[in-house]
Amino acid sequence: MSLFRRSSRSVLPGFGLTLGFTLLYLSLIVLIPISAAFIRTSGMTWSGFVEAVTAPRVMASYKISFGASFAAAFINAVFGLVVAWVLTRYTFPGKKVVDALVDLPFALPTAVAGIALTAIYSKNGWVGQWFEPHGIKIAYAEPGVFIALVFIGLPFVVRTLQPIIEDLEPELEEASATLGATRWQTLRKVIFPQLVPPLITGFALAFARALGEYGSVVFISGNMPMRTEITPLLIVTKLEQYDYAGATAIASVLLVASFVLLLIINLLQKWSRRYNNV
Amino acid sequence: MKTIALISASLALAVAAQAKDVELLNVSYDPTREFYVDYNAAFAKYWKAKTGDDVRVKQSHGGSGKQGRAVVDGLQADVVTLALANDVNALYRNGKLVPEDWQKRLPGNSAPYTSTIVFLVRGGNPLKIKDWDDLVKPGVSVITPNPKTSGGAQWNYLAAWEFARRKYGSEEAAKDFVAKLYKNVPVLDSGARGSTTTFVQRGVGDVFLSWENEAFLALKEFGRDKFDIIVPSVSILAEPTVAVVDKVVDKKGTRKVATAYLEYLYSDEGQDLAGKHFYRPSNPKFAAKYASQFVQVELFTIDEKFGGWINAHKIHFADGGTFDQIYLKK
Amino acid sequence: MSASAARLASASSTTVNASRRTTQDAPWVRWTLTAVGLLFLTGFLALPLASVFAEAFRKGVAAYFQAFRDPDALAALRLTLLTTAIAVPANLVFGVCAAWAIAKFNFRGKSILITLIDLPFAVSPVIAGLIYVLIFGLQGWFPPAAQEAFFAPAAGIVRNIADIPGLGWLFGGLADWLAAPKIIFAVPGIVLATIFVTFPFVARELIPLMQSQGNDEEYAAITLGASGWQTFWHITRPNIKWGLFYGIILCNARAMGEFGAVSVVSGHIRGETNTLPLHVEILYNEYQFVGAFAVASLLALLAIVTLILKSVVEWKFSKSTQTAGH
Repeated sequence: MSLFRRSSRSVLPGFGLTLGFTLLYLSLIVLIPISAAFIRTSGMTWSGFVEAVTAPRVMASYKISFGASFAAAFINAVFGLVVAWVLTRYTFPGKKVVDALVDLPFALPTAVAGIALTAIYSKNGWVGQWFEPHGIKIAYAEPGVFIALVFIGLPFVVRTLQPIIEDLEPELEEASATLGATRWQTLRKVIFPQLVPPLITGFALAFARALGEYGSVVFISGNMPMRTEITPLLIVTKLEQYDYAGATAIASVLLVASFVLLLIINLLQKWSRRYNNV
Repeated sequence: MKTIALISASLALAVAAQAKDVELLNVSYDPTREFYVDYNAAFAKYWKAKTGDDVRVKQSHGGSGKQGRAVVDGLQADVVTLALANDVNALYRNGKLVPEDWQKRLPGNSAPYTSTIVFLVRGGNPLKIKDWDDLVKPGVSVITPNPKTSGGAQWNYLAAWEFARRKYGSEEAAKDFVAKLYKNVPVLDSGARGSTTTFVQRGVGDVFLSWENEAFLALKEFGRDKFDIIVPSVSILAEPTVAVVDKVVDKKGTRKVATAYLEYLYSDEGQDLAGKHFYRPSNPKFAAKYASQFVQVELFTIDEKFGGWINAHKIHFADGGTFDQIYLKK
Repeated sequence: MSASAARLASASSTTVNASRRTTQDAPWVRWTLTAVGLLFLTGFLALPLASVFAEAFRKGVAAYFQAFRDPDALAALRLTLLTTAIAVPANLVFGVCAAWAIAKFNFRGKSILITLIDLPFAVSPVIAGLIYVLIFGLQGWFPPAAQEAFFAPAAGIVRNIADIPGLGWLFGGLADWLAAPKIIFAVPGIVLATIFVTFPFVARELIPLMQSQGNDEEYAAITLGASGWQTFWHITRPNIKWGLFYGIILCNARAMGEFGAVSVVSGHIRGETNTLPLHVEILYNEYQFVGAFAVASLLALLAIVTLILKSVVEWKFSKSTQTAGH
């Protein structure tokens, strides 16, 4: 068992204590509950498992869940970059308030977000009333799912980019300008490459969060089977029928997807640290 | 962990100190909130007069299936008052919390009051909706919750099914009819209350398939001129069932008061309150008293037409059942 | 509010270094980007927030405040505050420990450990609640009967302590709980689910921060004879103060606002196991739209106030270090 063993000596104390506590707390709160739940309901055969996670309705739900999450994370990456840049580099009246507002999706209960967004985008809402007459449905259709997921994933890209933009060394930009590069060239060749790793991290975080989202989406999506039924809703549906095995089977697919995403994020962060230290 | 325990325990103590005598937990489904608020007060008065004990009934509401599952998973409900017998059956199937014959313990299949499914339409009935047939016409938009997650929606589904089977003569035709009906459904909310809000607040849909009592409540809450209630030619007799949860009351020692709580639903006062909240009383005397507020309609029961809930659930709502099939077929 | 914010903004704009001018974007770029960013935030953040307040005040100020007089609302507020008061410190201690171990030392399996710490963050809230039901529920691995047996010895001891005159008020409640332990569909379950969903927030803020700061200052302190705790308190803590503060704020906001996971383990008993977000749902389902949005606006307000507070303190701090540096 060489895992979690210190690979080099350090004069700093507290390694055993802090790592021990970390592992204990992590096991008690996260690892044991998750694994126990999965072991307990794994009375399924492999073929039964495959059947449960590849049923047509489940496949359709992956399409909308992964598709809308990807689209929402992508939009968040594009606009999050703009917002992060504006909030760190420019000044304008009310900036602090806007900056504070970015964390709102963390604080607003997801159900409230769902209800508020549905009210705005349904056919008698502030925004929906301008679209519905032209045959464009937002609430109770695919765009509704997308909008809810943009909302809940919004802080991630902004908050991962902000400290990086803040730490960009002005000397680099100055040097680039002195050497005769245009502002656009500097942005593209000097600044943007440094922002790619955090941008991908933020994208992946927003994507992972969106995949599991339930509370806000059920209000606005309309929950139509094969069309706007998201995967977490199917898990709940299975539970209502006391099909714990089926529910955890689908849940494990989401869980593995999230875990792989997070692993990629952390490798990216490692890579970006190395990149920035060069 | 210790501090958590300490704080929660002191909290529990604080609650216990306020109401010393008896505490019951009634786990119920969504549309019964208003009724049980009134009923709990009436029962507390009755119980105090009879035994001198103070009884405080705590309420928990949510989707019927979700609530049933919470009890199966250990929510300490003394009594359950759920939307359909199937959700109480689950208490027997998962952990034997009630005996198999629970439904025989109280009169009328343990349904002290009944209800049915009616149509709620926009004021003046602009689309001239009269019966189930009108719901499958192109361009009519129908609101109903998701039968997978809502008890009320299962009654809706079965009512439409039986209408079509009767009119068109076969199970296949009934399935086609229901498939066409659900093609007209733009939103499947997860619960009955969610659907009401979609129809009433968001202005989505032309017809809302609703519990009768919910439809009346919507008229009361949002204005009588805004909506009309349409009663179809035939509908289903919805029997929301009640049961004492044996394993819980035996542990807590509350069997006597819990049983009395449910039996009092059948008393004059309980029946009167049910009628006031737009449930159909089972006692003929009170059924007559409130007869004028309900339209007489031919009602069939799930036992006679679908062979009971266990059967109906397996054929229609379990995974791979008819509800799944109509969406897969396209 | 906006006036003071404007003052903040103008104050900080004067501190912009003049040498930066060569590296600034053209005005039209600045204006376009600012407009695009603000438009995006307006559409996706300000609009939902505004609609929450618009609905909350639809029937006037009196109706708005009426929502907070309901004893069930107050009980929900108490429970939310209690849950937050346990979950945030617990995750704070964990976050600091985890960051210390991960950032200050090299060991194998670090990447996996970091990923595992992040895991709750990507787990669907529905599953987060479900796992505790599957363990502590009636059909679970550690069902109520087993909990009772497990806590019985402790219950006896604590009962004896509680029977000592003068200690009853302190240990009576604990003894009662140990005699009939309730985890799921009670406060402990709600606290556990909340700890789960807010698990990574503090650790996530601290780990990269402490990694980027390196160990040199700590080495120096230890070499000069400081104890581990002294080193942490006098050297590390001031350096990570802001990350820590921000982590706490995020953790706090999420703990108060969590809906999905708590909904699964709560049991929805009115006045007893309903948190504020669950109370919002109840009010909404009772057609009390004004009340529902009033309570929701309270949650939003709490979050915004703490965040603005953080910005102000941060700005004051950066100003004081600047003047000290010059």
